[in-house]
Amino acid sequence: MSAAALLVLERVSKRFRGLLAVDEVSFELPEGGIVGLIGPNGAGKTTIFNLIAGVFRPDQGRILLAGRDIAGFRPDQACHAGIGRTFQLVRPFGALSVLENVMVGAFRNGAAPRDAESRALAVLDRLGLADKAAAAAHSLTLPERKRLEVARALATAPRLLLLDEVMAGLRPVEIDAMVATFTALAREMGLTILLTEHVMRAVMALSQHVIVVHHGQKICEGPPAHVARDAKVIECYFGTGA
Amino acid sequence: MRVPTGRRTNAALLVAAAAALVLPLFAGSYVLSVLVVFMQAAYLGLCWNIMMGFAGQLSLGHALYVGLGAYVAAALYVHFGLLPWAGLLAGVAVAALAGAFIGALSFRFGVTGVYFALLTIAFDEATRILFDHFSWVGGSAGLFLPVKTLTHNDVLHLRGAPEMFYYILLVFSAAVLALSRMLLGRRVGYYWLAIREDQAAAQSLGINVFRYKLAAVTLSAALTAVAGAVMAFYDNNLYPDTVFTTAGSVAIITAPVIGGVGTLFGPVLGAFVLTTLGEAMTDVGAVFGVPGLKQWFYGAALVIIVLAQPAGLWPWLRRRLRVGEDER
Amino acid sequence: MPPYVTFVVDGILTGAVYGLMALGLSVIFGVVRIVNFAHGEMMVMGMYATILLHKYLGLDPLLCAPLNALILFVFGFALQRGLINRYIFRPEHEQFILMLGIATLLTSSMLMVFGPDARNVQPDYALDSFQIGSLILDKVRVFAAAGAVISVTLLWAFFRYTRTGKAIRACADNQVGAQVVGLDVSRLYGVTFGLGAACVGAAGTLMLLLVDVQPYISTDYTLLSFVIVIVGGLGSMPGALLGGLLIGVSEGLSAYLITPSLKSMFSFGLLIVVLLIRPQGLFGRSA
Repeated sequence: MSAAALLVLERVSKRFRGLLAVDEVSFELPEGGIVGLIGPNGAGKTTIFNLIAGVFRPDQGRILLAGRDIAGFRPDQACHAGIGRTFQLVRPFGALSVLENVMVGAFRNGAAPRDAESRALAVLDRLGLADKAAAAAHSLTLPERKRLEVARALATAPRLLLLDEVMAGLRPVEIDAMVATFTALAREMGLTILLTEHVMRAVMALSQHVIVVHHGQKICEGPPAHVARDAKVIECYFGTGA
Repeated sequence: MRVPTGRRTNAALLVAAAAALVLPLFAGSYVLSVLVVFMQAAYLGLCWNIMMGFAGQLSLGHALYVGLGAYVAAALYVHFGLLPWAGLLAGVAVAALAGAFIGALSFRFGVTGVYFALLTIAFDEATRILFDHFSWVGGSAGLFLPVKTLTHNDVLHLRGAPEMFYYILLVFSAAVLALSRMLLGRRVGYYWLAIREDQAAAQSLGINVFRYKLAAVTLSAALTAVAGAVMAFYDNNLYPDTVFTTAGSVAIITAPVIGGVGTLFGPVLGAFVLTTLGEAMTDVGAVFGVPGLKQWFYGAALVIIVLAQPAGLWPWLRRRLRVGEDER
Repeated sequence: MPPYVTFVVDGILTGAVYGLMALGLSVIFGVVRIVNFAHGEMMVMGMYATILLHKYLGLDPLLCAPLNALILFVFGFALQRGLINRYIFRPEHEQFILMLGIATLLTSSMLMVFGPDARNVQPDYALDSFQIGSLILDKVRVFAAAGAVISVTLLWAFFRYTRTGKAIRACADNQVGAQVVGLDVSRLYGVTFGLGAACVGAAGTLMLLLVDVQPYISTDYTLLSFVIVIVGGLGSMPGALLGGLLIGVSEGLSAYLITPSLKSMFSFGLLIVVLLIRPQGLFGRSA
């Protein structure tokens, strides 16, 4: 384990009633970088996220955050340890306003409503949603909801942010905006980001490092350009004889 | 939630408060008894609203807490002469324990939604049967409190005219209203609403869902028991088959559902509408010799509201009056 | 012969009727996924219908059963198509409150029409009994159980062998898939609700042979149906039947061992334990 690793997965496996969804996956995430986790559908990416975020407990292996074993933590405990996450299908608190949604996240770091409000407003500003602060969450468009989801997770002041297909359904210009936002966040806040994506444009543009999983196993990792040329990766996306 | 209090809202609140305060002075004994029923329904609805409207946990066994509050206070008074207010505190403690027990058990085992509602009914009905066989509190024959005719209102001993009970319930209702408003503005309120909207998302934001749901259930149970204890000294007789029934639980939820679950004033409005119209129905029914018209009306009201205005009457009314309150 | 044997056998016979009652609920929940809190009320409707048919047409309750099944079927179908259908996709608690409202309406309507006093029917064989060895069984209990068994068999055959029955089972398994192959899901839901109502209407008719009816017993039967269905497993037909038998026997035994009025305690206790430990019941599938 290298000194600067924020997140370490050590031979993590998870089985669902006979289906081995995650098969002895190991990798390390250095602090303050953006790492992409890619692979075909059903490869196990979201399961890995859910394992890190505490939704599932691994059947075997260790998950270390800044040296601390967080495997088997409840989701709220994982959040307190420093993990923030978004969901693949966004889950806004529909009846609450945009600001109130983010305040729920902000409250993790202090119970005073006024402080939470100002923290929330600051995050909304970063994500370009400040003008929608008073709007009801259910009235937002999908791209706005995705940004709200990120803002809310960000408000908990995580050390590691897990982004689950946050670009899905966005237009290219919106994707570029998100890429710029995340790059700036990682740089300015020292935030570590692990993202899963199918939108290759975003992954390649954002990530310094890419991990590829297929059938629950890690099959390749490295800089984006290297991974894009790897034979095994090409095969898992396009099949043989391509 | 910031609950904006503009001038219109404040004016409306003032009018309502003034009306609530002076109404009994002009009321005959029949109207007074109706007012007591109204205030009790409003108070119980406000307490239930904390659990359902804020934290999103559907309890259909709230009669359990009313009954526990009533029986504990009454039994301690009858057997030991304990001051009603002390008995009330004991009843509140017992109800809080019961609520905490039911909540802890259910949430630990992941019982939610409709199954949780069924569980609350089961505990209530089981308690009813237990009390039917509990001779220390009179069993199914009932528990009777000694009544003396008084010349004055004795708040300390909870003996007095209906007006006294009305004002006591009014004070408690105002207190719960203020408490609800305060809680909604603080972290616990935000967390409850988050849990109500999406429990998994709430957890991912660091909310210990079990603890907060348990807090909502326990608080709601404790507050509900207060009404039970007070009303025990108003009715002066208690039977398990009237106090602990599921029909009673349904009656408790009807007012907030009609008025608007999750809003601050919904339960009060709902209680007002239901009580006044309900009494009118009983009168009409008496004239035509038709029993149970009030129940029929309650059922119809539930169906109509769920069909036409699921959010309740209060959100609709406040839009019309343009009075401020961010309802949830 | 030990005395408890009578209680156990009586419990099995009553349990058969309970099973039919719970079956109706299981069918409704398994397919339409609505928690029918008005179940006990529909059962009481069946009971009052029997009172009327017996009083004005002189029909024996056993003959009323198919008739009431038909009446309740129409009622259930109309209720589902007219009202409940819009609620399939609404939040759970709204559905529940709708059904609560309907239940209250039904109970108070019956109170208004029939009054609060208990009523019953007295068929000619009300006091007769069969004797098997040293075991004495009331004829009414045997006939009620037989009626229940016949009804259940008919329902099973319907689901197994008719086109509509198979279509309903398809709906239960996969609603979207059913629509894709052209099944009219809305109509099938209506039929299912009607069938569930028919079951409970028939059960009510048979139950009237064993107990008196008054408007307020409906809640007890709703709760009992839920206990049985949850213990046996929501959506499982054999589960509902076995649950019914289990509850019937346990009621009989607890009436014998403790006092009769505490018999429901066991049912509630069982419900609580099952909800906590094995919510899918004895035969249900894990959610």
